[in-house]
Amino acid sequence: MARNDLQGTLDLLILKTLSQMEELHGYGIVLHIQRASDELLSVEEGSLYPALHRMEMSGWIRSEWKVTETNRKAKFYRLTPSGQREMQNAEKSFEQLVKGIRAILRYA
Amino acid sequence: MSVLRRIVNTFSRSKLHQEIDAEIQAHVEMRIADNIAAGMSPEEARHDALIRFGNRTVMRERMTAMDAATALDGFGRDLRYAARQLRRSPAFTATALVTLILGIGANVVVFSVLNAMLLRPLDVPQSSGLYNLVHKQKGYDSQSYPDYLDFQTKNSTFSYLAAYRPEIAGLSTKDAAYKCWYYRVSGNYFDVLGVQPAQGRFFHASDEHGPNSAPYIVVSNNFWRAHFNSDPRVIGTTVDINKHPFTIIGVAPPAFHGAEVFIWPDFWMPVVDNPDIEGTDFLSWRGNHNLWVLGKLKPGVTPQQATDNLNAIAHELAKQNPEDDGLDARLTKPGWLGDQFGAPARSFLAGIMLLAFLVLLAACANLASLFAARTADRGRELAIRLAIGSSRWNVLRQLLSEAVLISLLGGTLGTLFSTFLLNALTRWQPFPGFPIHVTVTAGPKVYLVAVLLSIGSGMLWGVVPMRQIWSTDSAQVMKSGGATLVFRCFTLRDLLLGVQITLCTLLVTSSFVALRGMQSSLHASLGFQPQGALLAETDLHMGGHFGDSVTQMRKRMLEEVGRIPGVTAVGIIDEKPLGTGGSGTRVYREGTADFRPSNSAFGAKYCGISPGYLQAAGTRLLSGRDFTWHDDAKSPRVAIVNELFASSMFGPANAVGRRFMWGDKLSYEIVGVVENGKYETLTEPPWAAMFLPLEQNPNSDTSLVVRSPLPSNQIVPELLRTLTQIDPSLPFVFHTWPDALAFVLFPARIATATLGVMGLLAAMLAVTGVFGMAMYSVSKRMREFGIRVAVGAQPMQLMRTALKRPVVLLLAGSVIGLLLGVVASQLLAQIVYEATPRDPLVLGGVLITMVLLGFVATWIPAQRALRIHPARLLREE
Repeated sequence: MARNDLQGTLDLLILKTLSQMEELHGYGIVLHIQRASDELLSVEEGSLYPALHRMEMSGWIRSEWKVTETNRKAKFYRLTPSGQREMQNAEKSFEQLVKGIRAILRYA
Repeated sequence: MSVLRRIVNTFSRSKLHQEIDAEIQAHVEMRIADNIAAGMSPEEARHDALIRFGNRTVMRERMTAMDAATALDGFGRDLRYAARQLRRSPAFTATALVTLILGIGANVVVFSVLNAMLLRPLDVPQSSGLYNLVHKQKGYDSQSYPDYLDFQTKNSTFSYLAAYRPEIAGLSTKDAAYKCWYYRVSGNYFDVLGVQPAQGRFFHASDEHGPNSAPYIVVSNNFWRAHFNSDPRVIGTTVDINKHPFTIIGVAPPAFHGAEVFIWPDFWMPVVDNPDIEGTDFLSWRGNHNLWVLGKLKPGVTPQQATDNLNAIAHELAKQNPEDDGLDARLTKPGWLGDQFGAPARSFLAGIMLLAFLVLLAACANLASLFAARTADRGRELAIRLAIGSSRWNVLRQLLSEAVLISLLGGTLGTLFSTFLLNALTRWQPFPGFPIHVTVTAGPKVYLVAVLLSIGSGMLWGVVPMRQIWSTDSAQVMKSGGATLVFRCFTLRDLLLGVQITLCTLLVTSSFVALRGMQSSLHASLGFQPQGALLAETDLHMGGHFGDSVTQMRKRMLEEVGRIPGVTAVGIIDEKPLGTGGSGTRVYREGTADFRPSNSAFGAKYCGISPGYLQAAGTRLLSGRDFTWHDDAKSPRVAIVNELFASSMFGPANAVGRRFMWGDKLSYEIVGVVENGKYETLTEPPWAAMFLPLEQNPNSDTSLVVRSPLPSNQIVPELLRTLTQIDPSLPFVFHTWPDALAFVLFPARIATATLGVMGLLAAMLAVTGVFGMAMYSVSKRMREFGIRVAVGAQPMQLMRTALKRPVVLLLAGSVIGLLLGVVASQLLAQIVYEATPRDPLVLGGVLITMVLLGFVATWIPAQRALRIHPARLLREE
């Protein structure tokens, strides 16, 4: 069975965001997910940073301190090739999760 | 990156904290700015931004925990816990430490020696591709100078071939005279080895222009430091070598001592100067094999191609020159005076390494038993840990950390202890008067091996309790109050102990055999009586004596030394038996016309002796007469031969008065027959040998054999005075004849000492092994014994149950070990004289040792089993 826990979902959201936006800081990721999902999804800051840290440990993303447009120092994250692969896997398993859940909802 | 990052993070946790804080701070500030832009008041905006993060400290902890929970931090915790555990059981820790120190220490010592002797390439800049060129027949390792030149010019596979040979000469400066060991070497020698001078220059092939054309020497760094105070002005000055002037042109670099592992010469001299120094000219003598040849393969050439190439040349040479009949070639690794010493030394060291390794394995087996017992005793603790959620892997890792921690500690101490031993070995000069040093230093390779051995052995005995842990049923263990150890008929532990006892018996047997061999070699029939004889050795060339002068000097010496009160007999031999060298030749039957080697009768050792030598040396003359001074260079050739020579040539008939021929086509008359003896080594097979009158075998080496009932310290001063009066410039070396045998006894002494130490180690380990097992089996069955005593069991019955297993193992192991010892003794016989286990003393000694060992090991456990008080025991439970 594909890995389809909720943590995997948060990972997928972050990875996807980074693949779309190239390079982003934590706050930017929160805003992007909120905006892109039409305010349906909101990422909790308390979970975001541990997730980013863990993903960096796993080598999926890489970070760098940079200056933002508003002249603030912030840590910017960017996808690595292995993160790219991880994102494709996560996407696949998420689609299966959705398929599975939909099948159950349609049942009966 | 992540592993490095984790390590860095673990060590700088506060830095990680700061970074996380900075990142969150940036986030909060951006949120506040956006909130204000959206119309909130600064107060509100701040509150909202912060509240979204929840508990920041918890989050930060979660993030740092990801790093802290990595293996590294966990391992550190394991180690700290292990150290606490070990401190709590000092007896176990001490036993394990001592066992490991001995086991690992022995391995490190042996490996260092092995590394220094065999594995480490020669200590020269370009050591790869260097080979000694020897003959196919073992023991014939040297080449003649003309053959060397032909090999050098005709081969197509070597970049260079160099020739060298160690020799002795007298070196005198204005102020002092020394007896020196030096190398006479071909001109290209230093270039082949690729060394650069520390001072001045080296000589080269271009310096050689025929005999006596290059009167230069290069002195060794040690000699330069010791005798010239490291004075660079010594370059260009002249010294006398055997009374011939030579110019010092350079000083060798400090570590350089040529291409032989053991030999440290004082200086190097071009081989072309030999005629002046030695008084004989071997440079054009094709039959005189006395140089070692060292070659450097051309890049890309395999040793096999080179051997084929050299053999083709040898074949051609054999066709052209009758002296080269049967010439062939073989390559061998350099450093050990050809194969003669190299092959036995290599196999001996490899054997000792194997033994040392086996000893370590035995040590590990012991520790494994101990550790398994300890784990069983800690069954309850482990069960609780498993019950409250520790994973089995965690428990195992914890136990492994304990094992590895002890092993590393033991390995460190063992290495330290072996470094002391190695330093002593390096300072040791086994033979006074010989330029021999065994330089063994523990390098990085040795330390790496020590660390690997420590970790490896820790793993080895640390994983033994693995099965115990995996099969632990925590509920069961906690209920029953302690680990129930299931006794099976035969376990791995028994097997290990059995192997250990076998090994111990093997080593004990070997060391007894070696000891007995050493003892009997002191009383062996050597063909002379070393006891009660003194030797005064010199080379008359060092005093500038040649030709007739040599004979005159010898006659005077014999006369005047013979007059010293207390001297009962005195004689001269040119090359003493069982010394460092020896000469051999082929002999032919009377009437031989074609003197090619294949037509010879056999090979024989020979040396020159003076009239009176046989009496002074205590060699029995069986028939015929001794030489007289009338057997000189002008009179007919005569020889005294040994029994084997006589019987091989003439059968049982009396040989006196009969004749044989030598390769120089001269006919010799046999005037006497003497007893057989040993000539080069104690373990050699019987050799045919012949003695020639000194004047018919010109050689300037002179060993005076002085027999006297007086102690040597009384006779030596008088001897020195007398000899100094005859020629004050002659350097003499004095020693008693038994002392002079140190050289031939050396391999046997080393073998005996090593086997003795290993045997002792193995015996100690076997005792602790048997003891541990017996003790444990008694302590685990105390309750059972208590009940049995209570219902009327006799002490002997208890003993039988308690000690049956160790005793059976002891017996079986001893028998197998003894059998293996018998096999091993055949190998030992190559090194030690008359090594045989078929000797009642050896067998008895081994038996007594093993019985004693058994007693020592089982005494305390047996006492414990006998002193059981059932009432007290049952009350305690």
